[in-house]
Amino acid sequence: MPPFLAGIPGFAFSRALLSCSTRVAWNVGLVLLCLVLLLPVLVIYGSVLVPTGDGIWAHLLDTVLYSYVGNSLLLVTGVGILSLIIGVSTAWLVTMTRFPGVWFLQWALLLPLAIPGYIIAYTYAGMLDVSGPLQAGLRAIMGWQYGDYWFPQIRSPGGAIVMLSLVLYPYIYLLARAAFIEQSVCVLEVARTLGCNAYQAFYRVALPLARPAIIAGLSLVLMETLADYGTVQYFGVSTLTTGIFRTWFGLNSSIAAAQLSAVLMTFVLFLLVIETWSRRRARYFHTSNRYSRIRRVDIPGWKGILVLLFCFTPVMFGFVVPVLQLLLWARQTWADNIGEEFFLYAGNSLQLAVISALLAICLAVIVSYSKRLRPNRLARMAVRLLGIGYAIPGTVIAIGVLVPFIWVDNTLDAWTRQYLDNGTGLMLSGSIVILIFAYLVRFLAVSLNSVEAGLAKIRPSMDEAGRSMRLGPARILRRVHLPMMKGSLLTAVLLVFVDVLKELPATLILRPFNFNTLAIRTYELANEERLADAACPALVIVLAGVLPVVYLSNSLSRSRTGHDQRT
Amino acid sequence: MYRSACLLLALLCSQATPAQEVNLYSARNEALIKPLLERFTETTGIKVNLVTGNADALIKRLQLEGRNSPADLLLTVDVARLHRAKAAGLLRPIESSVLESLIPEAYRDPEGHWFGISLRSRVIVYSLERVNPEQLSTYAALTEAQWKGRLCVRSSSNVYNQSLVASMVARQGVAETQKWASGLVSNFGRSPNGGDRDQIKAITAGQCDIALVNTYYLAGMLESELPEERGAARQVAVFWPDQQGHGAHINISGAGISRAAKNPDEARALLEFMVNRESQYWYAETNYEFPVRTDVEPSDLLKSWGEFKADDIGLEKLGIHNAEAVMLMDRAGWR
Repeated sequence: MPPFLAGIPGFAFSRALLSCSTRVAWNVGLVLLCLVLLLPVLVIYGSVLVPTGDGIWAHLLDTVLYSYVGNSLLLVTGVGILSLIIGVSTAWLVTMTRFPGVWFLQWALLLPLAIPGYIIAYTYAGMLDVSGPLQAGLRAIMGWQYGDYWFPQIRSPGGAIVMLSLVLYPYIYLLARAAFIEQSVCVLEVARTLGCNAYQAFYRVALPLARPAIIAGLSLVLMETLADYGTVQYFGVSTLTTGIFRTWFGLNSSIAAAQLSAVLMTFVLFLLVIETWSRRRARYFHTSNRYSRIRRVDIPGWKGILVLLFCFTPVMFGFVVPVLQLLLWARQTWADNIGEEFFLYAGNSLQLAVISALLAICLAVIVSYSKRLRPNRLARMAVRLLGIGYAIPGTVIAIGVLVPFIWVDNTLDAWTRQYLDNGTGLMLSGSIVILIFAYLVRFLAVSLNSVEAGLAKIRPSMDEAGRSMRLGPARILRRVHLPMMKGSLLTAVLLVFVDVLKELPATLILRPFNFNTLAIRTYELANEERLADAACPALVIVLAGVLPVVYLSNSLSRSRTGHDQRT
Repeated sequence: MYRSACLLLALLCSQATPAQEVNLYSARNEALIKPLLERFTETTGIKVNLVTGNADALIKRLQLEGRNSPADLLLTVDVARLHRAKAAGLLRPIESSVLESLIPEAYRDPEGHWFGISLRSRVIVYSLERVNPEQLSTYAALTEAQWKGRLCVRSSSNVYNQSLVASMVARQGVAETQKWASGLVSNFGRSPNGGDRDQIKAITAGQCDIALVNTYYLAGMLESELPEERGAARQVAVFWPDQQGHGAHINISGAGISRAAKNPDEARALLEFMVNRESQYWYAETNYEFPVRTDVEPSDLLKSWGEFKADDIGLEKLGIHNAEAVMLMDRAGWR
């Protein structure tokens, strides 16, 4: 705007009006976007209004509901604690110290991310179960009978906690490491000059500063745990999720099942509220401009070896062991299972994963940046609510997605029938559009959490500087924020990518005719109790997941402001 | 703009119905049905479009899609789901002299909404080493004190357990079956987990002495490429329960034509194809199931388990009493 115009009262007024109307338009747009993405969740909540009849709730309360809730709580607590310990400690060690093998571990620690929870459950159950080779070998060598010896029961709540932690800790590791890398070393140095030793600097400065990232990772872990069906079902642990399916499939009450899902979502909302409340007014950006190279602390000698062993343990049990088991199985069955259709499935899986990951990152940036520009209650709530889909089992999401999609399809069909003599049929719900939408609903939390964590670390003075240079919000985003949070963006894209690759239940219900993915192939064989046959597609999922994971780790190391090749 | 939109829509509509195809919603997984479908396409030229998935989810999808559903045929691996689809008004009755003559009356819906394609039985397997088969007799007798801590069975979330219990509810009512279920739970050697194959392996490992499993799982293990599966399966044997009473519990895999079907004739052709001699033989050989036709022999392996008396309870009853069965198992603490 030419400066001389600013003096004219009418112009200033119309400008104010304009900015007011864009704000309204923006808010309305945001609300609409959120509403569309929240439709499935609303559909599920809507079920609360429908009476179930038949005393199903009385029955659930009398018999199984407490064990569902109790086991879910146990699982969430156990997985939360275990994956926090593994994720944060390893992230700190590989970022801030130097010990033998650290370069390898930096990316190897991400590998378990490529393994779906249900697959790790199958492999370990195959090995450690009472009939597995380990216990059978023990019995044969020692001449024991069953019952003569004690062996940890893998199919138990404890077993499920370990399995889920082994494949979920990378979320925390990844986000925590990104946070540690983005942290200004100066802050840590100041802490040291103020008399903190290395551990104190970690506990009192680095850890609190990385808190948004760690909490973001933790909430992903917890939500994924709540939504898990494959592992707990296979291990015979009754949780809210298995309860939902038992109610639906066994008692034939999809309404009561949806209401149980609503209970599950309320759980998550409660977690989210507590988390937001606990952060209150704290801010987490850095105010220093000075980024210097991270000076890693050397851990020499046997201490270094110990640290190496410690950091390698989760990789060993979360990746190496299950993959070896899969390879052993695959060696026996690959000839029957690898054909040309295999590559077709792999192509389908990749296509879905790429499209969903890109869309999810765009939506996440739009939503979180809107919140940053106008941090009103509405925007904050939108960000919180959009993440909730992650905690809902895929099958339930799928039904929540089907209801509005089919409604639109049928309405359109009726309309075209009336005016064009020929209906459109099920146009949207019979295509991969519905699949991608379901993935967005389910996995937006993943990209939102990392983008949010990345944005939170950028000082508001950066925005102010941009604005003082007359850059509009879009250009500030493009030229300031996006480059600064490249690491978080990459993290978001790849996490969604890997998640979609592994996703099973929603894909199973929503896919079009003649459309298969690797995850479906794996599941169908495993579900038929043909674990050995399932090994081939499972291995390909793992491999397809490993490549982006390695790439992710490399870009993460390079993403640090002031990075140079030696770090 | 409006016109081009209409044109686009019209184009989309015209693409929706190409010649000679049939759309199948299948709860039987792809690997176990694709070869049969390919053979069907080879012989008839009718293309088969397939979606596989969990039966209840497919039924829900069918229900939501309503009259626009593309599905012509719904295939499930248990009768309770077929009954459920019928009760929800999702299937249509059909008349087919082929189906009616080839499939025994016990294994199809009296009103022609669904038809059995293959049979499986839920039987007792026992450790050859530790159990004398003369100790075994009926499902009801599994609650005897001699089996305390010796019985393995998978979760009651599994539909085959639900159907077995539903058949007991149909015969003797909820109260009596409740007593039985509680007795059974008190004999469990371990908290239910894993699948049917895992129960067999638990016997081999010595954790249990008897288990309730579907026949094709044991057969699959005996024919497995994996030596440890074969080894485990060879240490157990099949006992046909209730041979002096109602007979061994039977479930079916079966299919029905959807009410919304756009290609009902092709769907019926596929259904009839599935009970022709060749397909029935294929089912028996590849999936280790019993043919639904009486004039096709089961595989040699299945025959080696001997002749048996099959329960002839009206299969729709397994669907009708399913919810009661689940509730009573909840009360019994059968996980």
